Amino acid sequence: MSIEREPEPSSPPTAPSTQMAAMPLHAPAIVNFVAAAEPVAQNGPPSPIRQFLSKRGNGALADNAFAAAMLVCALSIFAIVLFILTILIARSRLSLAQFGFGFFTRSAWDPVSGDFGALPFIFGTLATSLLALAMAVPLALGVAVFLSELCPARLRAPISFLTELLAAIPSVVYGLWAVFVLVPIMRDQLGPWLYKVLGWTGFFEGYNFGVGLLTASIILAIMILPIISSITRDIMQAVPVSQREAVLALGATRWEMIRTGVLRNARIGIVGAVILGLGRALGETMAVTMVIGNHPVISKSLFAPGYTLASVIANEFTEATGDLYLSALIEIGLALFLVTIVVNAIARALVWAVTRGAPARSI
Amino acid sequence: MSTNPKPIAAPGGDAPLRTPTNYQTRAMRLNSARRYLMNHLVTVLAVLSTVAVVVPLVAIFAYLLYKGASSLNLAFFTHIPAPVGEPGGGMANSIVGSAIVLALASSMGVPVGIAAGVYLAEYGRGKMLAMAVRFTADVLNGIPSIVMGIAAYSLIVMRQMHFSAFSGGVALAIMMVPTITRTTEEMLMTVPHAIREAALGLGVPKWRTVVSVSLRTASPGIITGCMLAFARVAGETAPLLFTAFGNQFWSFKLNEPIAALPLQIYVYAISPYDEWHRLAWAGALVLILMIMVSVTLVRIYAARGILKGAS
Repeated sequence: MSIEREPEPSSPPTAPSTQMAAMPLHAPAIVNFVAAAEPVAQNGPPSPIRQFLSKRGNGALADNAFAAAMLVCALSIFAIVLFILTILIARSRLSLAQFGFGFFTRSAWDPVSGDFGALPFIFGTLATSLLALAMAVPLALGVAVFLSELCPARLRAPISFLTELLAAIPSVVYGLWAVFVLVPIMRDQLGPWLYKVLGWTGFFEGYNFGVGLLTASIILAIMILPIISSITRDIMQAVPVSQREAVLALGATRWEMIRTGVLRNARIGIVGAVILGLGRALGETMAVTMVIGNHPVISKSLFAPGYTLASVIANEFTEATGDLYLSALIEIGLALFLVTIVVNAIARALVWAVTRGAPARSI
Repeated sequence: MSTNPKPIAAPGGDAPLRTPTNYQTRAMRLNSARRYLMNHLVTVLAVLSTVAVVVPLVAIFAYLLYKGASSLNLAFFTHIPAPVGEPGGGMANSIVGSAIVLALASSMGVPVGIAAGVYLAEYGRGKMLAMAVRFTADVLNGIPSIVMGIAAYSLIVMRQMHFSAFSGGVALAIMMVPTITRTTEEMLMTVPHAIREAALGLGVPKWRTVVSVSLRTASPGIITGCMLAFARVAGETAPLLFTAFGNQFWSFKLNEPIAALPLQIYVYAISPYDEWHRLAWAGALVLILMIMVSVTLVRIYAARGILKGAS
C-alpha cells in the first residue's frame, strides 16, 4: 500500500470523492491481469482483448499517412518561397542577361527604345520608406511606452484595440483617403508652410502639386505606425516585471525605470520591430502608388513626384508591351522579393531573440 | 535624495537637529528636481505622442465612415457599374466577385495552413526542421503582396494567356498560408498535454487524437486565426491587379477576369469622375465594415484568452 500512496502524495487523506479512492485500488488489478494473461495465451486460445487488438491492427498506416500529409503541407511553405524565387528568376532572364547588375545603377526608363534601369525606383522606395520610418518610429515608441508602462488599465484595451483596427484597414482605403484629404492639405496648407519655414534647406523646392515623395511618406508613416507600436508594446511587456521592480527599488523614477529596466532590455526587439516596419514600408503598393506622382526622376526636393519599385509594377505591368519590358518589371519584383526577405529575416531573428527566449543563432 | 535616515547634529552645536528633509544639499535637491522633471517630461511626451497618433487615426476612420455612409445606397448592392457619364450604378458584381475569389483562396489556403500548423505543434516540436518552417512562414508573411501577384501571373496567367479568377485566388491563398500556420501552431501549443495523453492512453491513434482532441480543443482560436487571415487578404488590391484583373460585368467563371471590391475602389478612386469617387467611398465603407466585423470577433476571442500572439 505504501507504493500506491506515492503517485498522489498531495491528495488530502480525507478526500470524499469515491473515484479518487477507487483508482489506486483498481490500478494494480489491471497490471495483474495483463501479467497473468501471458502464460494463459501460450496454452489456450487468445483472450478476447488480445483478439480484439489483433483484429483492430495498430493503425500505423493511417498514422504515418497523416503525419506525412502534415509534413508535406509544412514543407509546402519552403516550396512556395523557392517557387516564387525560381519563377521570378526564370521570367526576368531576358532583362538579367541584357542589363546585368547595371540594371540597378542606371536611371534610364524608356520602354520605347527598350532601355531600362531601376535606380529612380530604388531611390523612391528608399526615400519614402526611410522618411516614413523617421516620422513613425518616435511616435510609435511613445505610444508603446504609454500603452505598456503608463496607461491606466481602463484605457489600455480601447487604445490598443483602435490601433489594431487601423492596422487592418486595407491599403487601398488609406490611398483613397490620401487622394481626397491628404493631397489637398499638402497642396494648400502644409506644403506652403513647410516651404516658408524650411525652404532654405533645399528639400522643399519646386512646384508643389500635393502629390510626391513627402505625401507618400506621410501615408506610409500612418500605415506602419500601428504595426511598429503594437510589436514594440508586446516586446516591452515581455520584459520581466522583476526587472522593473528591481530598478524601482533602487529609487529610480518611472522614466529611469523605463529607460534602464525596459528599453535597454528590449532594445534588440525594438530594433527588430522597426526593421519589420521598414519591410512593410518597402513593399507597400497601393496607397503609395495613388499619391506619389509616378514619375521616374531622382530629385532632392520632397515635393517632387517619385516612383517606387512596387508602384512601377502596379502601374505598368498590365500595359507592358514586349518581352524585355515585362522581364524588366519582373526583375524589379525579384529585387523587391530578395530585399524584403533579407529585411524580414533580420527583423524576425531580432524579435524572436527577445520574445521567445530562444537565441536567434539557433534558427 | 536622503540616504541617511538619522538626524545629525549641526556643526554649530546648539542649532536644531537636521531632519532628513532639510539634510539634502543644494546639489542633491537640484539633481532630484532634474530627475523628476525629466520623468514628467517623458510622461507628457508619451501621452502627447499617443494623442498625436490616436486622434488623426480616429479622424481618418470617422471621415471614412461619414463619406461612405453618405454615399451608400441600395443601388450599390444591386447594380453593376454604369457606363461612363451615366449616374447611378453599383458594385454588385464586385461584391460577388470578391466573395468568389476569397472563397477560392480560403479553400486552398486554409487546409494547407492548418495542416502546416499541425505539423509544427504536434509533430515538429523541438526539431530543427520545424524551426526552419516557422521562420520561413514568418518571413513569407512579410513579402510584399504585389510579388505574390507577379508569381501567380507568371505561373497561371502567362501559361493560359488570359487573366482569371483562379489565378487571383491562388495569389491570395499563398498570402493566407503563413498567417494561418502560425496561429494554428500557437493555438495548438495552448492545448494541455494531459488531454492528448488521455486520448492516447485510451488507445486512440495519434492522427485521431490530433483531429478529434487537439484541433477540436483549439478550434475557436484556429477559426479566429483563419478569419484574421481572411480579413487581411480581403482588402488586398495589389495581387489582384494582374491576376483577377477586374470586370465591369457579371462573371461567375473561374477561368475569366472577375471584378473584386478593392480593385474597383482603386479604379474609381483614381478616375476623374465625381460619381465614381462617390462609389469608391461607398465601396471602402463596405470593405471596412466586412473587415471590422472579423477583427472584432477576433478581439472578443482574444479577450477570452483563447487567441494569443496571433498577429
